[in-house]
Amino acid sequence: MPSQPNSGWPTDFHHTLRLTVDHSQKNERPDLRALFFAFSSVGLSGFGGVLPFARRMLVEQRHWLSAEEFNAQLGLCQFLPGPNVVNLAVVVGKRQAGLAGAIVAPLGLLAGPLVVVLLLALLYDRYGELPLAQSMLRGVAAAGAGLLFAMAWRMGAALRDKALFLPFTLLVVIGIAGLRWPMLWIMLGGLVLSGGLAWWRLGRQR
Amino acid sequence: MIVLALFIEFVVLSFVAFGGATALLPEMHRVVVLEHGWLDDTTFTHLYAIAQAAPGPNVLVVTLIGWKVAGLAGALATTLAMCLPMSVLIYLLIDRWESFAGHRWQQAISIGVAPLAVGLIFSGATLIAQAAQFGWRAWLLLALVAVASLRSSRHPLWYIGLGALAGGLGWL
Repeated sequence: MPSQPNSGWPTDFHHTLRLTVDHSQKNERPDLRALFFAFSSVGLSGFGGVLPFARRMLVEQRHWLSAEEFNAQLGLCQFLPGPNVVNLAVVVGKRQAGLAGAIVAPLGLLAGPLVVVLLLALLYDRYGELPLAQSMLRGVAAAGAGLLFAMAWRMGAALRDKALFLPFTLLVVIGIAGLRWPMLWIMLGGLVLSGGLAWWRLGRQR
Repeated sequence: MIVLALFIEFVVLSFVAFGGATALLPEMHRVVVLEHGWLDDTTFTHLYAIAQAAPGPNVLVVTLIGWKVAGLAGALATTLAMCLPMSVLIYLLIDRWESFAGHRWQQAISIGVAPLAVGLIFSGATLIAQAAQFGWRAWLLLALVAVASLRSSRHPLWYIGLGALAGGLGWL
């Protein structure tokens, strides 16, 4: 479905809308404030990743994207490095309200959580030295690391052609966690090898 | 000057953040703790724990690191550095995305980067455990949480609370 840069509506629907109720077109487009607060609610509702909340808001509640559009847009956001949800906010913001939207949506996403995190940082500065705070943080770090292992396991289980591609996972672990090499070179080298292998296999499938 | 150095380091990091900020933990540790000595191991794991316990996108651990190294200016510098370059790129690329989605090179990169991201997140978990110098009881909690969260879809906050409780009671 071709997406119009300044409209959240599919082309045909947009057309019908203009024919029937032309004057209401402006109201149908979310204004910047709606964009800001919609993404604020997403940012504040998720712990350990907000992507599922973003999907619910965009696809199910506000209907700013269809399910297929969401997957397609998320494709680029996950393809590029960087925080996926922030990237997604830029994309949706741009679709809904151009450049201003692309600035306001990620700001909305980050502003609330940023304030919360900075308040926690203030508390940490003040009380972080207390033995109770230290031991609680230690427990949270242990649980958090457990969640990370589970996340890595789940992602590893979802890999295709494990026998071929899991060795690259192992190489990354040895290089990063074991040898503490800089990540830039490991990622560039890894991408050439692992992406090259994928490229070659894609060619053979055709 | 330290704010500028932070900004530059995190701009560089943002270009290799495949798998998001979580995958960046080992590299952030290497740059911030080992290379520059801006933070020590314990503080780094504490900041990670605080980010886990707070709502919001995972990227906010970057904000906390910036805060601890250089205050409010540092927090804004690292957050902006992590988000801005890719946001600009994606703003420029999104309209053309559909024309190159599905190409062989695009698929090859997507497939190729996935096993690397798994390795990065695995390394991040290992590194937190190392830096925090977990004893056997903390490792046990870690393993229990990992297994439990793989087997059920309980909210992650539940495990975070469990960790805080176990730590607070002095079990770890």
